[in-house]
Amino acid sequence: MRMAFAPRRALSQTYRCSSSISQKPGSAGVRFPGAVDSKFTNSLQFEHPATYPAIPTYRAMSPEGEIIDPSFEPGSDELAIQMYKNMVAVSVMDLIMFDAQRQGRISFYMTSHGEEGTCVGSASALEPEDVIFSQYREAGVFMQRGFTYDNFMSQLFANNKDNGKGRNMPVHYGSAELNIHTISSPLATQIPQAAGAAYALKMQRLIDPNTPPRVVACYFGEGAASEGDFHAALNIAATRSCPVVFICRNNGYAISTPTLEQYRGDGIASRGIGYGIDTIRVDGNDIWAVREVTKRARELALKDGGKPVLVEAMSYRISHHSTSDDSFAYRARVEVEDWKRRDNPITRLRKYMELRGLWNDEKEAELRANTRKDVLKAFASAEKEKKPPLRTLFEDVYEDMIPDLKEQMKELSDIMERYPDEYDVSEFEGGKSSLSN
Amino acid sequence: MGVFSREIRSLGRLPKYQHTIKLDKCRRYSTHPPNARLNLPIEYSTSPLLAQSSQAALQNQELPEDIRNGTTKRMNLFQSINDALSIALAADDSVMLFGEDVAFGGVFRCSMNLAENFGGERVFNTPLTEQGIIGFAIGVAAEGMRPVAEIQFADYIYPAFDQLVNEAAKFRYRDAKGGRSAGGLTVRVPTGGVGHGALYHSQSPESLFTHIPGLRVIIPRSPLQAKGLLLSAIESNDPCIFMEPKALYRAAVEQVPIGAYTLPLSKAEVLKEGSDLTIVSYGHPLYTCSAAIEQAEKDFGISIELIDLRTVYPWDKECVLESVRKTGRCMVVHESMVNAGVGAEVAATIQEDKDTFLRLEAPVMRVAGFSTHIPLMFEKFTIPDVTSKSAQVVCCNERG
Repeated sequence: MRMAFAPRRALSQTYRCSSSISQKPGSAGVRFPGAVDSKFTNSLQFEHPATYPAIPTYRAMSPEGEIIDPSFEPGSDELAIQMYKNMVAVSVMDLIMFDAQRQGRISFYMTSHGEEGTCVGSASALEPEDVIFSQYREAGVFMQRGFTYDNFMSQLFANNKDNGKGRNMPVHYGSAELNIHTISSPLATQIPQAAGAAYALKMQRLIDPNTPPRVVACYFGEGAASEGDFHAALNIAATRSCPVVFICRNNGYAISTPTLEQYRGDGIASRGIGYGIDTIRVDGNDIWAVREVTKRARELALKDGGKPVLVEAMSYRISHHSTSDDSFAYRARVEVEDWKRRDNPITRLRKYMELRGLWNDEKEAELRANTRKDVLKAFASAEKEKKPPLRTLFEDVYEDMIPDLKEQMKELSDIMERYPDEYDVSEFEGGKSSLSN
Repeated sequence: MGVFSREIRSLGRLPKYQHTIKLDKCRRYSTHPPNARLNLPIEYSTSPLLAQSSQAALQNQELPEDIRNGTTKRMNLFQSINDALSIALAADDSVMLFGEDVAFGGVFRCSMNLAENFGGERVFNTPLTEQGIIGFAIGVAAEGMRPVAEIQFADYIYPAFDQLVNEAAKFRYRDAKGGRSAGGLTVRVPTGGVGHGALYHSQSPESLFTHIPGLRVIIPRSPLQAKGLLLSAIESNDPCIFMEPKALYRAAVEQVPIGAYTLPLSKAEVLKEGSDLTIVSYGHPLYTCSAAIEQAEKDFGISIELIDLRTVYPWDKECVLESVRKTGRCMVVHESMVNAGVGAEVAATIQEDKDTFLRLEAPVMRVAGFSTHIPLMFEKFTIPDVTSKSAQVVCCNERG
């Protein structure tokens, strides 16, 4: 079985560096093992970032919704409408849930106003079996892949139907069925994990060639890209040739920190090249461009046995960072209003659809009314649902509950027995009975 | 990551310059004071903790029957680790091994010939990034594979602390109904003092991980144990930190059963029965404990029980409590600093258990490293030795 891994060829790769031969007299290029293609120069000159032009931003559709490049073929009308509905669904849900948090009905929320295009567009170009790691502002990815309003609401209300069994803060969605890993709060930790997952997918195809080719898509913001895990991940993904598409949502802010205080290079895209990674920058408000770029990136990631690709999607965080943030404390209201009105992914696709006669005010009103109704329906039923059983607190720490935890579960049960009036457990499935062994 | 790792490796290979240095100078590291009675070098070749004969190894009741009916081979600790890794790689295509410098065999030789035998796709070098290695490994495990990641020295595990604590340990808990976890992950990490490792090649950070629900922390004492426990760790569906006492890589040699076997996790082992005092330890200090016990039993005519925790978390409380209920006295021994170490947890657990507390005839004592860092020239004064343990036994004896 293990011969399938062709050890001999693999080994010659592994030991590539140890065979470099030292400089020959009069050679024009470098033979140092650390940089094999460099030429010598007699002119002492530092490389200034400013002398390199900024990496261009790919766009297919103008802010007026016109396809700029005549050779570009956008997807079908059905797809346009479907993606549009998903973007609107996210934005309507965002409005409702932001208010719900303000009313104290859920503990926390994060909207994704302005970034619906990056998420819905890129997710539309992935296959359902592709594995996704996300940061937290990717509701559009979940929506596009089929996460239902019930799924969203169950997680937000941490009820008995929540995939996460009520353990995670709101917006930390996850779905094994949809191949999306559960979101965790620590920033950028998912990036090296995505590289490892991609390597696992590659190995699984080596073991069983009947497995379909799959990639991992990994989302993160430009702020998270300052973490050491970003550096570790891109480097390891490149050296191990992992089929992973890194998708950076560069929305201009990490909470209150503008990008000028986040980095001094040419955004995140310029770093990809340094790691030896195929890289592109795309207009995140142009859903067709994002979709096409992701489609090509996916193909590229699967080529030659696999390799990483970096996509930097430029957008603007119209929303506050979260419900715990008032962004007008660090940026002007007018700036936000400007982006909201002048250029955002939803209005741009709407203009495209109107130009093609696919959409009008009537359809828009109907869509928004229906979406609102559907969200509120899921909202009401999720709010009524019981919370997961108390026993859930102790489960899944290990595969099997260890003796310590069984004892601690009994301890909690005994305390509740002695002080029944101090705890309201009526909203938890089964009350305190679930705590018995 | 260790800048000295290559030097340490070359020491293992008996460098040429050793012949050119006068012998009396060389001896300064290994010799003992002329009148020393307690702090003598550990005689691994006669230690009762090691299976010196094939028969002794095969008598182990924890081994499955087919293994007990089989044969053994003399191995040191790095060879038995290598053997276990080789068995795991051969048995399961989803097992892979990676870390810094593992492809050529590893700086401690633990992965010798594995890349050649199992291919560069399954046994490979990573870039020099601990957070990357563990993050990558968690991703590999999350997609159902069984990565064995190596961190070159326990001293360099801290850059990966976030990935281990916030990610590996919590993965199953937060994925909940999804059922995905980092359970396939095993992190191998050389640990403990080696005589001249100083600040960053000597640390024993196990108690930092025993504080983390979701992780299993395992420390073997010998080649036979290491093989069985490592195979258990790789098989385990919980993320395991497998800490290999690097001082034992070459020093501890014993007969190790041929073939695949596992030893139970979270199960302590009574290495020697006794009636007057229980000594609880794990890993390398068990050898000095054993020597101290031999001496103390001779000097005071007492009988001491020795327990190897093997898994320091989740640990086998019942075994320790049962022993202390019998002996009435307990001493916990470890190399790492005494403050908030494993000893604190063991001592607290003993006094918390009513039946055991009422049986105590002396306070529970901790013999552990001083609360300093490990300085090059002073290592032997901070890591507990036979004398420090004997001194505590005397105390225990006098108080009781």
